Amino acid sequence: MEVFLQQLINGLTLGSIYGLIAIGYTMVFGIIGMVNFAHGDVFMLSSFIGLIIYVAITQLLGLSSPMFAFLLALAASMVLTSLWNWSIERVAYRPLRGSFRLAPLISAIGMSIFLSNFVQVVQGPRSKSINGILSGTFNFGADGGFGVSLPYSSIVIFFVTVILLAIFWYIVQRTPLGRAQRACEQDRKMASLLGIDVDATISITFVMGAALAAVAGCLYLLKYGSVNFADGFLPGVKAFTAAVLGGIGSLPGAVIGGLLIGLIEVFWSYYISTDYKDVAAFSILAVTLIFLPSGILGRPEVEKV
Amino acid sequence: MATTNKNDDGFNWAFALKEAAFAAIITAGLSFPILALRTDMDISNKLILNQRWSWLIVAAVLVFVGRLAVLSYAARPKSTRAASTAPQSDSSKFIAKWISAVGLLALFLFPIVVTSALGGQGALKWINNYGVQIMIYIMLGWGLNIVVGLAGLLDLGYVAFYAVGAYAYALLSTHYGLSFWICLPLAGILAATWGVILGFPVLRLRGDYLAIVTLAFGEIIRIVLINWVDFSGGYAGVSSIPRITFFGLPFNDNVGSFSNFFGLTYSPIHRTIFLFYLILCLALLTNYVTMRLRRLPVGRAWEALREDEIACRSLGINTTSTKLTAFALGAMFAGFAGSFFAVRQGFVSPESFTFLESATILAIVVLGGMGSQIGVAIAAVVLIGGTELLRELEWTKQIFGQDFDPAQYRSLIFGAAMVIMMIWKPRGIVSTREPSIFLKEKKSVSGDLVAEGHG
Repeated sequence: MEVFLQQLINGLTLGSIYGLIAIGYTMVFGIIGMVNFAHGDVFMLSSFIGLIIYVAITQLLGLSSPMFAFLLALAASMVLTSLWNWSIERVAYRPLRGSFRLAPLISAIGMSIFLSNFVQVVQGPRSKSINGILSGTFNFGADGGFGVSLPYSSIVIFFVTVILLAIFWYIVQRTPLGRAQRACEQDRKMASLLGIDVDATISITFVMGAALAAVAGCLYLLKYGSVNFADGFLPGVKAFTAAVLGGIGSLPGAVIGGLLIGLIEVFWSYYISTDYKDVAAFSILAVTLIFLPSGILGRPEVEKV
Repeated sequence: MATTNKNDDGFNWAFALKEAAFAAIITAGLSFPILALRTDMDISNKLILNQRWSWLIVAAVLVFVGRLAVLSYAARPKSTRAASTAPQSDSSKFIAKWISAVGLLALFLFPIVVTSALGGQGALKWINNYGVQIMIYIMLGWGLNIVVGLAGLLDLGYVAFYAVGAYAYALLSTHYGLSFWICLPLAGILAATWGVILGFPVLRLRGDYLAIVTLAFGEIIRIVLINWVDFSGGYAGVSSIPRITFFGLPFNDNVGSFSNFFGLTYSPIHRTIFLFYLILCLALLTNYVTMRLRRLPVGRAWEALREDEIACRSLGINTTSTKLTAFALGAMFAGFAGSFFAVRQGFVSPESFTFLESATILAIVVLGGMGSQIGVAIAAVVLIGGTELLRELEWTKQIFGQDFDPAQYRSLIFGAAMVIMMIWKPRGIVSTREPSIFLKEKKSVSGDLVAEGHG
């Protein structure tokens, strides 16, 4: 029982991070119908930016409170990652709007390779680790025995995810910006005829996705304490799986999908096999796409001839 | 405003400078933490920062100049632009016709020319690193071209079939002692079987979803190869795979070897040259089969499927078997190439079959021009040859210091090239296509008129 609870906590923590990345995938796919292959690498990049700013604040400026420094690094990472994703959209995807269908996907794959190797070249191939930002835990269960530990960081991650989901869901469902986004999602040409600046709306969507990826990147740092240039690919694919599982285009779906993927991965590692935990994620991806392409909360895609 | 009015003849400097300055400022903002502050571990495993603001300035200046160059290129006078997009003239058609013949001749003469020019030791590197390496990718590109270029199915897990072929030869030869010439067809059959097995469930998917699922399958095969240690040796892979023989005559110094049989003095270059001609023949076989199949009903069905799947179905084409044959044939050629890879290296491990490899092959097909055989070959020469050339740039160490390694920029340049190519020439280097059937007269058509399939 204790083990089960402990794995549940681990799974929800990991799943929250996947969910935050998945929102970026789901929003971009919803609005321009493209798998933003580079999104996982944007997440990795944001984690690096957060790490560098954190080290800069604590060492160069000599700030002693790690939590305050972390919050500053998070804010800076959100701004800078948004700028990155805005530039990526501007350089690599916008010129391809209206080009043939595979062009944006191939460009995104190129961008993904570029970003991970860029970070490798400028920051070195070794993993960078920091620790001690938020290290406390609540302990439950038998004293001295095998209890359940609930790290503070897990609580932070879970609640940040839920709060951000609520905020972004409100933006998409209730504000003029969200209405413009949903209009572009349905019919871009009609939306532009009705006075919506489609390019700006798409840019804002990328910025929003990047901001959430930056939160995920910094929380990843808070929880696991280390990041490597190659860390973008697998979380990216898993977050995409989460977005598909939850139903592409649905924000709550993305987070639910993320939590499911996190739980499945953690339980699979514990009860079945650690070595094959990535196979679990990839199999879910394949099975979902083949048998349930509209996901849990998505609408079925209707093909018009 | 007078300054921002577009002048048809002159170049609008005020606008261009403003644009370039904007791009440079954005670059400075982007590169501020990641480029200007490098994190390093010190002795006590604590992260320390090295400041290098000069990098930031260099990046900003480079982007400034680059943006200015792009703008001035885009603002060329209209007459030159019209000339460059004009329909193919007779002379360029003539060139296109001869380039394949000359290229083929050059490939056949390549080992002879290099050996006579550089002698045994110098030529070994050129034939092995450039000749054989590029030919493998040409073959893989042609194989993937069947799936992506002709049938219009985007496959991001193509390297899985390459891996199946490589492990098929590695395991069959080390465990059962089968020779390369028996394993080669077996590897092709095994890879084709896997193509059908993996292809069957994904047939109902289209577009990006198909791409992602094939990626998932490719990764699953790699993870299984890593973790099923009893079968594949895990990370360590399979080593001491039997080397290639000249139809039974081994390439070594002993009695009964190739050099002994033909009365030559032994040299390791014999094997390399033989490997080069072997992969050349395999690649040409791929090309020949593809070209012939394009004229058969199945090949025409592939192209019809790429253009319009619904129309195909209404005309009674069996889309399932059409897609499966494309998958299986593409996989079979990857299996041949994989088996060649194993016999050339003498060692296989899962490291060689990562997603980056799939992306490289896809990039070759896309940058060459999907569906164009000659374009794929040119793209393979440029991409693989270009990245191999980076290893040769030893002199850059004189400029940038001893710890500068140009080879580490390989993937970086590669990724950037994919993006730039998509923006600049999305239809690839060769942007015209030869229709496989025609009325009265054979005409090249622009790649823009060719659909890329629905998945």
